[in-house]
Amino acid sequence: MISFLSVSIIQATVAIATPLFIGALGGLFNERVGIVNVGLDGIMLSGAFAAAITSYYTQSAWIGVLAALMVGALLGLLHAAICVGLKADHVVSGVAINILASSLTVFLLQLLFNNKGQSPSAPKIGQISNAGSIPILGPIINNMSYLTIIGLLLILLSHFFLYHTKMGLRLRSVGENPYAAQSLGIPVRKYMYLSVIVGCALAGLAGSFLSIGILNVFTKDMTAGRGYIALAAMIFGRWTPFGSLGASVFFGYVLAWQMNAQGLTIPAQIVEIIPYLATLLVLAFVAKRARGPAHDGKTFAPGEH
Amino acid sequence: MVHKEALVISGLKKYFGHVKANDGIDLVVRTGTIHAIVGENGAGKSTLMNSLFGLHQPDSGEIYLWGEKVLFSSPLQALAHGIGMVHQHFMLVEALSVLENIILGAEPGKGILLNYKNSRKTVEEICHKYGLELDLDALVENVPVGIQQRIEIVKVLYRGARLIILDEPTAVLIPQEIDRMFEILREFKRDGCTVIFITHKLHEVMALADDVTVIRDGRTVGHWPISQVNEKILARQMVGREVVLDLVKEETKPSELILQVQGLQTEQVNGDQSAEDLSFNIRAGEILGIVGVAGNGQDALIEGILGLRKVEKGEILYLGEAINGVNTSHLRQKGISCISADRLKTGLVREFSVRENAILGYQKSKEFVSKLLFHKKKINHYAQQIIKEFQIKTPSLDALITQLSGGNQQKLIIGRELHANPKLIIAVQPTRGVDIGAIEFIYQVLLECRRKNAAILLISNELEEVLSLSDRVAVLYQGRFMGSNAPNRLTKESIGLMMAGVRTEGEGEPV
Ligand SMILES: Nc1ncnc2c1ncn2[C@@H]1O[C@H](COP(=O)(O)OP(=O)(O)O)[C@@H](O)[C@H]1O
Ligand SMILES: [Mg+2]
Repeated sequence: MISFLSVSIIQATVAIATPLFIGALGGLFNERVGIVNVGLDGIMLSGAFAAAITSYYTQSAWIGVLAALMVGALLGLLHAAICVGLKADHVVSGVAINILASSLTVFLLQLLFNNKGQSPSAPKIGQISNAGSIPILGPIINNMSYLTIIGLLLILLSHFFLYHTKMGLRLRSVGENPYAAQSLGIPVRKYMYLSVIVGCALAGLAGSFLSIGILNVFTKDMTAGRGYIALAAMIFGRWTPFGSLGASVFFGYVLAWQMNAQGLTIPAQIVEIIPYLATLLVLAFVAKRARGPAHDGKTFAPGEH
Repeated sequence: MVHKEALVISGLKKYFGHVKANDGIDLVVRTGTIHAIVGENGAGKSTLMNSLFGLHQPDSGEIYLWGEKVLFSSPLQALAHGIGMVHQHFMLVEALSVLENIILGAEPGKGILLNYKNSRKTVEEICHKYGLELDLDALVENVPVGIQQRIEIVKVLYRGARLIILDEPTAVLIPQEIDRMFEILREFKRDGCTVIFITHKLHEVMALADDVTVIRDGRTVGHWPISQVNEKILARQMVGREVVLDLVKEETKPSELILQVQGLQTEQVNGDQSAEDLSFNIRAGEILGIVGVAGNGQDALIEGILGLRKVEKGEILYLGEAINGVNTSHLRQKGISCISADRLKTGLVREFSVRENAILGYQKSKEFVSKLLFHKKKINHYAQQIIKEFQIKTPSLDALITQLSGGNQQKLIIGRELHANPKLIIAVQPTRGVDIGAIEFIYQVLLECRRKNAAILLISNELEEVLSLSDRVAVLYQGRFMGSNAPNRLTKESIGLMMAGVRTEGEGEPV
């Protein structure tokens, strides 16, 4: 008999949802300024790698997290330079980043540790302990990673920034109609660069949770497509922070339930496709109505449009 | 003391590659006046204003604003100097509310937070002062174009502009709204603002302006106080020769029914207005003109007939045969052709040469293909023929289509669409953005087709065009016909009312 709402499922949901919603938030900061980023998965992978090896060498998980943020930001700068500066196709740049990330991490593993599969184990990010006695919430937040808490704060902060500050309004206008924004004196390119860099740094942060949040090692291609699920969560969540969080929790729950269900007599392969099937179905039914920023994926080229 | 000249521009040049968009512009605008700048499409008016507004930098020349020499590297500086601009293509963010659009980039208050309450009050005061009603909470995407224009004006006022530039602002307005706008511009003048009004409609210049400057081919041809010119003089200056837009419209006897549309209802696509129960007939040798504010179902009607949009209800009969759901290329083979509204989007392929564009849509026709390959000689011969017949100026058959001027691109489309002697021609904004010479030519070609017994569905925003070419005119509003009549039995005012959705008594003839 499988339970649909046991403490272990809830805890697993939270653990699985965390990199998704932080990643989705990262995607959101890209797309809100009109830059599509399918390289999210590769950036998460790079973040996971940077976090693990930095944590290993410095013996400090938090310096590892910092490294993940910085590697993410650097890849963001690259993506922005290609899409905004060189006006190249966003998807091509994103795919290139994915290929680069997946091969470079393996190459560096081999170079540094003479091992193509995984890094040595490294210190991991701390988690809440001894909270089990708090009524109701206790069992849920017990063992919750500090990174999950930071992620939740980031969701709140992003919501406040986007909808209650002047810069947030301007940022949203850039992704909707950069020409209008430009005509009102808003420095469109600057917003694009900064927002993409911040978004990609968040993707790096999401990656660090995979390597030193849940586990304590980096393994080859460990994102296993989570970057794409994060993008799906962002779309499902209609490009809003709270929506992305909700969608990530939903996907997290489906994945957690699947892990629980693997003890059943259903063939494992069938169970494994459930979360991906759920993602596809959700997108097929929701994406049609969910409308992203109007200038998403297009090139900003004043004077040529 | 206020400087006598609000704006002085001398010797301004701006080249885009080999295109001399501005090639020596001189302009003097007196403070507190309404100054019209006229010129044909492509004369360089928008380019000039974009240089002034800091959207791009001129190659040479000087700009003085209230006596101070300026050169803006971004619109931010222009805004800070009190210049406000209503662009030819609206600069609005559709997904944001009206209020957000107005305050964007100049949100009130010192801190980093948005304060809608404060800004709402300021904006409401401005709206009240000039009698510009706006629903501040509506999303811009749900607001009709006439109102979008109003938002643009409030945006400019909100920023406290003292020099207000309007780039072809009347293109999207119905006659009554144009009158209203003129009132507002005169009120700006009374308040001491300076207005630059760009247009290619000369009667508007005569009705509104104090001074006028004419631009042709990127150069200033001359400037006059309005009392010293009339429409005829301006037209000659604008085009560089005498213009005769006298159309010879012979009497024809509309004969067989070509197209019958009954109760056409199209699918709703992305918030675009659908056709709602449209019925009409067109006979051979007849031009049916359709007017309406952009976005009132014109696209749905055209795409419905051409099989590009799903028809949910109703019947379309072409030569007595139902064509609902027949695919577009079949329809073209059966003699339906279309001059589409947006040349570079749906009429031509930017990346293709003149030759390739000339056979677009007919690339499978036996005329051009032998076995599997193109019959090069025949294609060349045919393309040369169109070029000669339609007086298209092109460097060669291999030139990219984008190397041609708008007027010549349009003539190529028209040549292509008419060469197979279609029985039904759907002409959508056939003269949009082309010069007067080409307009004359296109009118004559359409009338020639009418004489040769083609049925023509003419859909246009240019009221004069529709009134002078059509045998019957129907007014479209929110996907429905508000009324129809022969053009000589309609006035601009009655059409304007119908375009605004007011059904006038006695105009309700069947279309
Ligand atoms: N960004 C650009 N790149 C290349 N050519 C341009 C650009 N903008 C305008 N032009 C060309 O400059 C000329 C003047 O255009 P424009 O100023 O828009 O004319 P107007 O506003 O008077 O109709 C046209 O031939 C147009 O094709
Ligand atoms: Mg223009």
